[in-house]
Amino acid sequence: MEGLTLSDAEQKYYSDLFSYCDIESTKKVAANGRVLELFRAAQLPNDVVLQIMELCGATRLGYFGRSQFYIALKLVAVAQSGFPLRVESINTVKDLPLPRFVASKNEQESRHAASYSSDSENQGSYSGVIPPPPGRGQVKKGSVSHDTVQPRTSADQQEPASPVVSPQQSPPTSPHTWRKHSRHPSGGNSERPLAGPGPFWSPFGEAQSGSSAGDAVWSGHSPPPPQETWDQTTVRTVASATAANEIRRQSSSYDDPWKITDEQRQYYVNQFKTIQPDLNGFIPGSAAKEFFTKSKLPILELSHIWELSDFDKDGALTLDEFCAAFHLVVARKNGYDLPEKLPESLMPKLIDLEDSADVGDQPGEVGYSGSPAEAPPSKSPSMPSLNQTWPELNQSSEQWETFSERSSSSQTLTQFDSNIAPADPDTAIVHPVPIRMTPSKIHMQEMELKRTGSDHTNPTSPLLVKTSDLSEESKINSSVKFASGNTVADGYSSSDSFTSDPEQIGNNVTHQRSHSGTSPDNTAPPPPPPRPQPSHSRSSSLDMNRTFAVTTGQQQAGVVAHPPAVPPRPQPSQAPGPVVHRPVDADGLITHTSTSPQQIPEQPNFADFSQFEVFAASNVNEEQDDEAEKHPEVLPVEKASDPASSLRVAKTDSKIEEKTAASVPANVSKGTTPLAPPPKPVRRRLKSEDELRPEVDEHTQKTGVLAAVLASQPSIPRSVGKDKKAIQASIRRNKENNTVLARLNSELQQQLKDVLEERISLEVQLEQLRPFSHL
Amino acid sequence: MAVCVAVIAKENYPLYIRSIPTENELKFHYMVHTSLDVVDEKISAMGKALVDQRELYLGLLYPTEDYKVYPSHQLCRYGYVTNSKVKFVMVVDSSNTALRDNEIRSMFRKLHNSYTDVMCNPFYNPGDRIHSRAFDSMVTSMMIQVC
Repeated sequence: MEGLTLSDAEQKYYSDLFSYCDIESTKKVAANGRVLELFRAAQLPNDVVLQIMELCGATRLGYFGRSQFYIALKLVAVAQSGFPLRVESINTVKDLPLPRFVASKNEQESRHAASYSSDSENQGSYSGVIPPPPGRGQVKKGSVSHDTVQPRTSADQQEPASPVVSPQQSPPTSPHTWRKHSRHPSGGNSERPLAGPGPFWSPFGEAQSGSSAGDAVWSGHSPPPPQETWDQTTVRTVASATAANEIRRQSSSYDDPWKITDEQRQYYVNQFKTIQPDLNGFIPGSAAKEFFTKSKLPILELSHIWELSDFDKDGALTLDEFCAAFHLVVARKNGYDLPEKLPESLMPKLIDLEDSADVGDQPGEVGYSGSPAEAPPSKSPSMPSLNQTWPELNQSSEQWETFSERSSSSQTLTQFDSNIAPADPDTAIVHPVPIRMTPSKIHMQEMELKRTGSDHTNPTSPLLVKTSDLSEESKINSSVKFASGNTVADGYSSSDSFTSDPEQIGNNVTHQRSHSGTSPDNTAPPPPPPRPQPSHSRSSSLDMNRTFAVTTGQQQAGVVAHPPAVPPRPQPSQAPGPVVHRPVDADGLITHTSTSPQQIPEQPNFADFSQFEVFAASNVNEEQDDEAEKHPEVLPVEKASDPASSLRVAKTDSKIEEKTAASVPANVSKGTTPLAPPPKPVRRRLKSEDELRPEVDEHTQKTGVLAAVLASQPSIPRSVGKDKKAIQASIRRNKENNTVLARLNSELQQQLKDVLEERISLEVQLEQLRPFSHL
Repeated sequence: MAVCVAVIAKENYPLYIRSIPTENELKFHYMVHTSLDVVDEKISAMGKALVDQRELYLGLLYPTEDYKVYPSHQLCRYGYVTNSKVKFVMVVDSSNTALRDNEIRSMFRKLHNSYTDVMCNPFYNPGDRIHSRAFDSMVTSMMIQVC
């Protein structure tokens, strides 16, 4: 071949082209196919191409060696310039512009047409084709869509660095003004070296891939940018480097030009780390400014890139924002025009969880990234925050549910308590069965019935039922107590009774078992202190019931028995015993109750014994009746005041002790008090018993007490100053009642505090959750 | 409906001024310039420590004046000053619709927000002319609202 002298630019250009065609990397031979494509892209008539090929000697050789290739290229340039094709022209023609290749590639050809028309089409014009000689206007044709305003770097193009990863397709917008603008200067600058197929990635000082990048560029880099750059000879000769790999990647054609590949992303992330080690942190604006300024983009463009990428306008870049910005810079350097709006693929995810919350970066994901900083309301993602709030709300709701459950269970608590209460039958607590309490035996019976009945809810109705049932059952005794308690409650105070009744009933039911032992001793339990007394019903209610029940039954006996030194308990147990039993019997309960309390001090003693015996032997009720009868006779007045007070005290105590338990005895006590003063002492005993036994063990206690009473009673010197004893007993009982009530009071206070604390805590939780509900 | 929007820096030089293209822009520039005096007057009249949104809005600066080009138009100038003494002046054409005060306020609010966004850009040096495209687009939206 004739000697071929090439200018530097040409040399470079041709070498690039050759390497492009040298798909087999032989460095010697250019692939025919490629060459042909190239020639086709030159837009020369076929005959001219053939001529060229012939001239360059390829036909002779059958392949395109480097020299042939170069000659061919030169001839192409000659032909394009309009010079006749002559072998000698390759050297003779001076200042031959570099051959232009238009949309040479197959696909590019097709795209080429399209690209002309559509700006957005990247691939079009020069996809992968040799960059047109700088300054050639044809670039315009090809690049079309691209207006890369590559600021011209006056410096010679460095070796073709693979274009930085740039989106395959140019951004649609890109006014052409840029291009033209830039083109002008470059226009005539044919010498401008074609740096390489693509823009370089300078700023990051990465090693520039060598000419091989060109290959990559050729093959992979179909997008116009390369052309653009050449076209305008504005190839940025930046120390490309990193871009190379990414650029190759880029070759994997994305439909979305703005998509970030994994490698790119990784690269961005690494860069991010150099500035901000914490991936979840921010890059402050100043640091980002420095960093991106290195890219040598004009400040204006950088400003625009910033505008686009700083999604939340907080003056700082999150990882995703940074990646988007970086990507835009890369694209810009590759000649893509910046979009007016941030492409979707670059948008950072907006997770509006919290203003400052930084959503973790999702590597490899271009879509949404958590964008910390307050997202302005315009930013959609209220959903995530909502999503977050939901679980909290759910939790809160659950909490509420639990709370409600708790609240609803409060009653159960009392019931439980009541259930727990009647633990020991042996407990000494002998509640003076305030026979008085129960307006009548009927009540007590009712109460019993109630107790026995499964229905705890309705004190009134079940009462009747229960009383009947109670009477029937063997548990009548215990049930009687319950029933008595209930009945007492009923008769006692309608208001309270209801609430406490269930408890009492429950208690009674539970107590029944325990009371079974004592019941026989006790007369039909005076209508159990109405459950209604939630205040002290807890602990004392049962007791009250029991006590009342016991006292009612035992009033006569218990009362009398107690005054003696024997711990009041036993006495009351006795008294309640018969009293309890009394109510069971429908007969004369009223009288029984009425009498029993009254007779507390004295008669009970008598009655108790007899009653106890009778009870033990047979029908409690009857005995109770007897006792009751006896009781009324005794101590009609003396105890009036005392019993009343004691009863009341007992009531309160019982209440305090346990809502349920207390209610019963309270009821009982209540029931007794109205009956008459005399019963009061009896009640007091009951109360004292109840008070003494804050727990439900009353019943058991009562039984024990009853037994004790029974035992003690006989020993008690009745004869000896009954009055004295009565008085003393009453005093004692009062004291006991006082103590019991005081204890109940304290316990209830404690419970109240606990409940209040719970309430406060729940309210706090609600308040904490409330704000989230607003989001 | 604004026919002209201007952002004046603290030192009373324009950072951004833009009018609807069909106008004689110079006239608008003059109008804005004269408005500055009124703005300064209002600023000085206001209390020193008043930093209230309301205070930022200065309201109608100048009585309406006929618009030469379109005699039917009446131009009203509104002013708004930020805490950093950056002034926004807006000339509106009130012939078409009588813009309520609230609308003007909202327009200024948008302006202010866009201006802060521009400020947040680390690549923006305070005192430079504003080239932000977002800002431009926002102003454009304001200008072509009614016309």
